[in-house]
Amino acid sequence: MIIEVDRLAKRFGEIEAVKEVSFGVEPGEIFGFLGPNGAGKTTTINMLCTLLRPSAGSALVNGFDVRHEQSEVRRSIGLVFQQTTLDEYLSAEQNLRFHAYAYAIPADVREQRMDELLAIVDLADRRTGSVRTYSGGMKRRLEIARGLLHHPKVLFLDEPTLGLDPQTRRLIWDYLLRLREQEGLTIFLTTHYMDEAEHCDRIAVIDHGLIVGLDRPAALKRAVGGDLVTLAAADNQAAVVEIEDRYGAEATIRDGTVSFQVAHGAEFLPEFVRSFSQPLASVTVRQPTLDDVFLHLTGREIRDSELDAQEQLVAGMARRFGRGPRG
Amino acid sequence: MTEIWRGTWVVSYRELLRFVNERSRMIGAFAQPLIFLVIFGAGFGNLIGSVAPGVNFVQFMYPGIIAMGVLTTSLFAGVSVVWDREFGFLRELLVAPLGRTGIVLGKALGACAVALLQVALMLLITPIVGVELNLQTIVLLVPIVVILSVALSGVGLLAASFMRSQQGFQLLIQLLLFPLIFLAGVFFPINQAPDWLQAISKLNPLTYGVDAIRQAFLGSEAGDALGVTVLGHTMTLAQDVALMAVFAAVLLSIATWAFSRQE
Repeated sequence: MIIEVDRLAKRFGEIEAVKEVSFGVEPGEIFGFLGPNGAGKTTTINMLCTLLRPSAGSALVNGFDVRHEQSEVRRSIGLVFQQTTLDEYLSAEQNLRFHAYAYAIPADVREQRMDELLAIVDLADRRTGSVRTYSGGMKRRLEIARGLLHHPKVLFLDEPTLGLDPQTRRLIWDYLLRLREQEGLTIFLTTHYMDEAEHCDRIAVIDHGLIVGLDRPAALKRAVGGDLVTLAAADNQAAVVEIEDRYGAEATIRDGTVSFQVAHGAEFLPEFVRSFSQPLASVTVRQPTLDDVFLHLTGREIRDSELDAQEQLVAGMARRFGRGPRG
Repeated sequence: MTEIWRGTWVVSYRELLRFVNERSRMIGAFAQPLIFLVIFGAGFGNLIGSVAPGVNFVQFMYPGIIAMGVLTTSLFAGVSVVWDREFGFLRELLVAPLGRTGIVLGKALGACAVALLQVALMLLITPIVGVELNLQTIVLLVPIVVILSVALSGVGLLAASFMRSQQGFQLLIQLLLFPLIFLAGVFFPINQAPDWLQAISKLNPLTYGVDAIRQAFLGSEAGDALGVTVLGHTMTLAQDVALMAVFAAVLLSIATWAFSRQE
């Protein structure tokens, strides 16, 4: 295990940002923390990278204790935060050199590594340009390059593609997957984008400071209970009764459509349509997504909990005058 | 220990890099004291005439203006911390294996290096001011400026630990800046001021910086006539420097403590 977390908790005054989380990450794994804003993802990352002192529990990163071996932990990890942490008044090169000095990277290794990484993130031709002139995507790419400059064992990415357009998001993921391939790097990331979580080897679903599910994306989806059939009939109430009687599936009405789960949707559908008693306006079948996983595990959609969490956050900030979990 | 050392040089290197990259700050660092010198010199010069035997007002004020330049530059160490916090770069520093003490010392020494550059520029106008510049003065100025700057950046860094926002910090600095300058004997000799004002002035680290720089330029004779008396004793240059070193050690220790505790 390259990351071992045992009953880690963090509270800010009366707010329990992380109630209690335990998990382990294997070397070379892409491990994702999935959950709405305010669920405790960033707080957990901040504890793992020594920026926040845990209130309880323990965590080892690369075998080092985040409480007592801070320097060793810091040397083992690379970080890309939600907000940019570049010096915008310096050039890309100057930012990278500063980082190399800070981590005591020998000069010859430094220059070679800078060339490599700038090529990987496609910034080689802009290396002397001031970071101020960079787009959001370029900055994020530069931060990823910087986070990797000192050969970290684990790369922490806190919402690595937040606020970026879909094309840039895909590009960044291409880089990350390639880096994992080439460097055997362990990647720990947080996200609230479902499609992004699909890239992970394993996902921990976090809600209200607790891990409510942890497995491979496919297994999490399997646990939801098969494919999702959604239909609209002339009489939805009657449709629910018929489905429950004939197939023993639990059907629910939501937004004027009836949905239920069956083991193998594609095989199920032709027979179902043929023998259903009332005319159908529409039928779709799809495999469960991580959205469904979240709904299944928490009973809420991730978007609903987003609003919920934001309200809590605003209330918390107002109470404590902005001396929150940041910085 | 190696981490503190590396933190100190890496952070101070960046401060210097930032200063050189920003032409406006470079010009400002030189122009601001110059403007004070010209305006106050022209305004009060004829009015006041000589302050001590053989010392006219501009000659009297010039060492104080140098100290004032060191003050604004050194308080910038704090500005820089608040900036880094606001623009996120502070996190890059905090997660690097540098040690909190190293970061604070680096900010202080960075300001110190900038202050030395600024003073070097200020020395170019000695012929216009009519102050004699010799090698001995320059050799004396280096340790004075270094220690004064470290002490004053301690003030800035301490203020930065209490202020989260740029606006709040600017306000606090504005509030500090003018009393620090006017109660340091830049524009009038301390020992001719009323007792209550003298008493406050003697708590101001800048007072001893102004006195030390003045003695370095005007010699100990003029220094005696204009100097600072503490407990009935007129401070010599060496004593000024020693006292500033105490200020520097205390202020920087508190600043380091406050910064480590908070971050």
